[in-house]
Amino acid sequence: MSNSLFRVGSALGLLITLGFLAVPLAALFTEASPSDLIASLGEPQATEALWLSLRTSAAAVVIIVLVGTPAAYLLALRSFGGRSLVLTLIELPLVLPPAAAGIALLAAFGPRGLLGGAIEDMGIRLVLETAGVIVALTFVSAPFYVRGAIAAFESVDRDLLDASRTLGVGEAGTFARVAVPGAATGLGAGLALAWGRALGEFGATLMFAGSLQGVTQTAPLAIFEFLSSDFTASIALSAVLVMVSAALLMAVKLLGGRPVDARG
Amino acid sequence: MSRPLLAVMLLTALGTGISRCGGDGDDELVVTAAASLSEAFPPYAERAGYERARFSFAGSDELAAQIRQGATPDVYAAANTSLPEELHAEGLLERPVTFATNRLVLAVPAGSQDVRSLSELTRPSVRIAIGDDDVPVGIYTREVLDRLPSRESESILANVGSTEPDVLGIAAKLSQGAVDAGFVYRSDVAASSGRLDAIELPTRLRPDVAYAAGVVTDSERHDEAAEFVDGLLGPEGQAALRQAGLLPPP
Repeated sequence: MSNSLFRVGSALGLLITLGFLAVPLAALFTEASPSDLIASLGEPQATEALWLSLRTSAAAVVIIVLVGTPAAYLLALRSFGGRSLVLTLIELPLVLPPAAAGIALLAAFGPRGLLGGAIEDMGIRLVLETAGVIVALTFVSAPFYVRGAIAAFESVDRDLLDASRTLGVGEAGTFARVAVPGAATGLGAGLALAWGRALGEFGATLMFAGSLQGVTQTAPLAIFEFLSSDFTASIALSAVLVMVSAALLMAVKLLGGRPVDARG
Repeated sequence: MSRPLLAVMLLTALGTGISRCGGDGDDELVVTAAASLSEAFPPYAERAGYERARFSFAGSDELAAQIRQGATPDVYAAANTSLPEELHAEGLLERPVTFATNRLVLAVPAGSQDVRSLSELTRPSVRIAIGDDDVPVGIYTREVLDRLPSRESESILANVGSTEPDVLGIAAKLSQGAVDAGFVYRSDVAASSGRLDAIELPTRLRPDVAYAAGVVTDSERHDEAAEFVDGLLGPEGQAALRQAGLLPPP
C-alpha cells in the first residue's frame, strides 16, 4: 500500500516538475507564431545580437575548456591541503548573483579597478568591449564546466591511469590518451551546461560590458531592450535563443554520449 | 522529520504561495516608478505614512510593458507624460497627474577633466553612455542631439559605448569610470553623493522633462493609491522630490 502510494507521489512530483519547467518554454512558442520567429530573424538588431552571443559564448567555452580541463584534472587526482577551499572558490560564481558578478568584475578589471591600470597599460580594453563580454561569460560559466570535469576525472578508473603510467606513456600522454577519453561524457555534459549558461548570461554582461548593438549587446540584452518596444520581437528572439541553446545541448550530449575507445 | 510536521510545513508553504499570488498581502501599496525616482519616493512614502509601500524602480518603458502584459501594481510613475497618457488611453491607467519636472544634464565622474562641455563629446577618444531609445532618458538625449548640427550629433553618437536600459545603469557606468560622460537627470547627480559632476546644457537644447503618475485601473487598493498620487503634489511629496533634486511641476 505504502509502496504504491510512494509511486503515485513520485509520479506526481515528476509531473509537476515537468509541467512547471515546460509550460513557460511552450508559451514562448505559442505566443510567437512561426512567422514571428522568422520576422525576428529579419531584424538586424536581433540577428546581430544572436551572432554576437554565439561568437562570445564559443570563445568563452574554448578558454574554459583549454584552461579548465588540466586544472580539473589536477584537482581530481591530487589531494593537498586546502583542496576543499579551492573547490569552494571554484564553485562560488555558481551561487553569485549575476549583478554581483558584474560588480566584482568591474572592481577587478574596470578602469578604476584593482587590476584596471595594469590591464590598460598593456593596451587592453575590456569594459564596453566585446572582449569584456567574453570575460563576463567566462567568469560566470566556467564553474559549470570545471565542476563537471572534476567529477568526470574522479570517475575515471585509477588503475587505468596507473597502468598507463607504468607502461611509460608519461603524465601528459596519460592525460591526453587515457584520462580525457575516459572522462569524455562528463566533460561534454559540463561543456554543454557552461555553454548554455554563457548564452543566457545577462546581469554580469550588462554591468561589466554594457549594451551596444553589434559590440556588447548579446541576445539576452536585446531581448530585454525589445521587451518595452516590441513584445512579440522579444518573445520571438527568446524562442530562437531557446532553440539554439537546446540544439547545442543536444549536439554536445550526442557527441559526448558516444562510447570512447580508451586505447586511442 | 515527523509526518505531521512535514504536512504543516507543506501547507504553510502552499498557503503563503497562494496569498502572495492573490494580492501581495493586504496592506502593501505597490508602486512601480521610473528609476530616477528611486531617491525621492521612499522618503515621501515614509513621511506620508505609507509604511507598507513596496517599490519597483526601472526604466519607465519596461514598467509600462509590464502593465501591458497584465501586471497590476497600484501606482505607476514615469519620467515622461507620454507613457502614462498611452496607458490611460488603453484603459490601463486612470487619469495621470504631472507632479514634477527634472532637467537633463551631461554628467561626468567627479573631478574628471576629460570632458568639460557638450562640444568636447565629439572628440574621438571620449566614451559616452546614454539611455536606449525606448527609455525616457534616452529619448530626451536624442532630442538634444537632434538639435545639434548633424555632423556634431553623429560624432557624439559614434562615441556611445553603451545604451543602458535605465538611468541608474548610466550613473553606474559613470561612477565606475567605465565612460567619460553620460546624459542623466540633475537629480541623479544629486543622488550620487558626490560621485558625479553635472554640466548644464544650454537652455535652447534642454528638453522638457516632466513626470506623471496615475492609479493603475485594476488596483485593489484604489483609494490608497489615489491618495499616494495626490500626495505627490502636496507639501510632503514636493518636499521629498525637491530634496532628491527634482523640480516642481510646470
